[in-house]
Amino acid sequence: MTHSLTDLYQEVILDHNRHPRNFGPLPQPTSKAEGYNPLCGDRVTVYLKMDGDRIAEVSFEGTGCAISTASASIMTEVLKGKTLDEAQRIFEKFHQMVTGQGLPDPEDEDFDRLMVFHRLSEFPVRVKCATLVWHTLLRALQEKEGTRGLRSDREGRAG
Amino acid sequence: MGRVLNEGEFPSDARAGITRPGCTDSDDALLKAEALREEFPILRRRIRGRPLVYLDNAATTQKPRRVLDAVQQYYQHYNANVHRGVHLLSQEATEAYEGARRKVQRFIGARDASEVVYVRGATEAINLVAQSFARPRLGIGKEILVTAMEHHSNIVPWQLVCEQTGASLRVVPMNERGELLIDQVPKLLSDRTVLFGLVHVSNVLGTVNPVKQLIELSHSRGVPVLVDAAQSAAHVRVDVEQLDVDFLVISGHKMYGPMGIGILYGKRGWLEEMPPYQGGGDMIASVTFERTVYNDLPFKFEAGTPNVAGAVGLGAATDFLLDVGIASIAGWEAELLEYAERRLCEIPGVRILGRAAHKAAVLSFLVEGIHPHDLGTILDQQGVAIRTGHHCAQPVMEFFGIPATARASLGLYNTKGDINALMDGVLVAREVFK
Repeated sequence: MTHSLTDLYQEVILDHNRHPRNFGPLPQPTSKAEGYNPLCGDRVTVYLKMDGDRIAEVSFEGTGCAISTASASIMTEVLKGKTLDEAQRIFEKFHQMVTGQGLPDPEDEDFDRLMVFHRLSEFPVRVKCATLVWHTLLRALQEKEGTRGLRSDREGRAG
Repeated sequence: MGRVLNEGEFPSDARAGITRPGCTDSDDALLKAEALREEFPILRRRIRGRPLVYLDNAATTQKPRRVLDAVQQYYQHYNANVHRGVHLLSQEATEAYEGARRKVQRFIGARDASEVVYVRGATEAINLVAQSFARPRLGIGKEILVTAMEHHSNIVPWQLVCEQTGASLRVVPMNERGELLIDQVPKLLSDRTVLFGLVHVSNVLGTVNPVKQLIELSHSRGVPVLVDAAQSAAHVRVDVEQLDVDFLVISGHKMYGPMGIGILYGKRGWLEEMPPYQGGGDMIASVTFERTVYNDLPFKFEAGTPNVAGAVGLGAATDFLLDVGIASIAGWEAELLEYAERRLCEIPGVRILGRAAHKAAVLSFLVEGIHPHDLGTILDQQGVAIRTGHHCAQPVMEFFGIPATARASLGLYNTKGDINALMDGVLVAREVFK
């Protein structure tokens, strides 16, 4: 087995794939959004329960590859309790990391769990697998926030 | 079918290029595949330190040296615009362009070269027929019939023209094995049906549809038929006269030719009735601001400067295929498919999609607990190129209730060693996901 394979499919990722956390719809969500990657057929729905500006609860459901399922699962763990601005900041850093544009600050505690995806930058065709759920989350937040004007890039629309 | 050879188990005489009377067909076929690999420079590439194992031939095939040479020769020695120059280069280019058309004509068994229209690929050919043939005949209450196993390219052009005209699209269903329910066809054909669009070989399931039988059935109801031969032309015999097909579409790049060139075959009578698809240069006989007289067939459908290099390359590809022989290609690929299906089934948790009685060398499969996308990445790490996803056939995915499959599709240069590499890769994936 090649090293890059074991780097990509780390045990943490495989574990989240086998046992995704926060999987399933939230009862009475304050908002939700659906994401779809037409290239590979991955589908994800993100459910949010907001407490003011803060994410009180977040969950997901859908079908996808190990990378997308683990990314969704870990995202829900990281984002619980975060504010909208914090969520967006984390995603920006995550996106930079998986596209090879820079690693996050080693002191950044939010990335304790997200660092398992840092080798994804060596697999550019798989980046969208990991970002689909984040784009979907941002759309769910946007729906909640109405006109607050969160950025949505092309990957977001593809999702 | 001959004895199955294991990897590395070449008879020593076969290696030396000598065939003995005792050699089986299988040995001969293997010999041929090994020798043919030499014709494909790309197969010498190493991927991540391993030899390339190319099993994505349904997406596009690799190109033999003589196709590469034909394209290069054209650009290097006689590049010129066709049909309009008095100079020598233009004459040579025109000769090569029209010569390639006659090669394609022979390859598909068309009566006349004027029935062979150059297009960009099968997709453009279907859009041409949808707009030039179907659109004037469609309206509210009229129908186009397709099958449940079509590629999006034989669905969406019909949906577009149905939207434009108020007509509707009807679908021949299939069974779990990936075979069309032929007995449903008669009741789906009526005087409302303007055209039956039918795939010859399914790009997902490998099913070889009984096109001859379906064309006869369709004609008995007075309905013309378009056959999508994109996946069949390089793998099974396609003869338009024998099939009595009305339209047949081909993509050059799926039959060892260049990208960006394809063929629309149409019966002369239909093509003559049809208005041009696009307007421009080369498709006219005379132009004034009051009136334009269109050029003769096939030029009426070839507006603008065509892809001459592509046409020349496609001609070389048909030479190559006829030299190798479609029958021996079909025989070798059938043997490989049988071997691959048998080996895949040895792996626990593998499910093969598409179990039609008559199948071409396309192998869609699922491995329990491993998403096709992950499997594709793991195989790629070992130099094995397969396709994963919905293969531009989302209705087929929906039918089977799955988002995607892994697909290995074979070509004439594949060997049992390639299949063994695929098996090894699947076992590695199972190890990663255990």
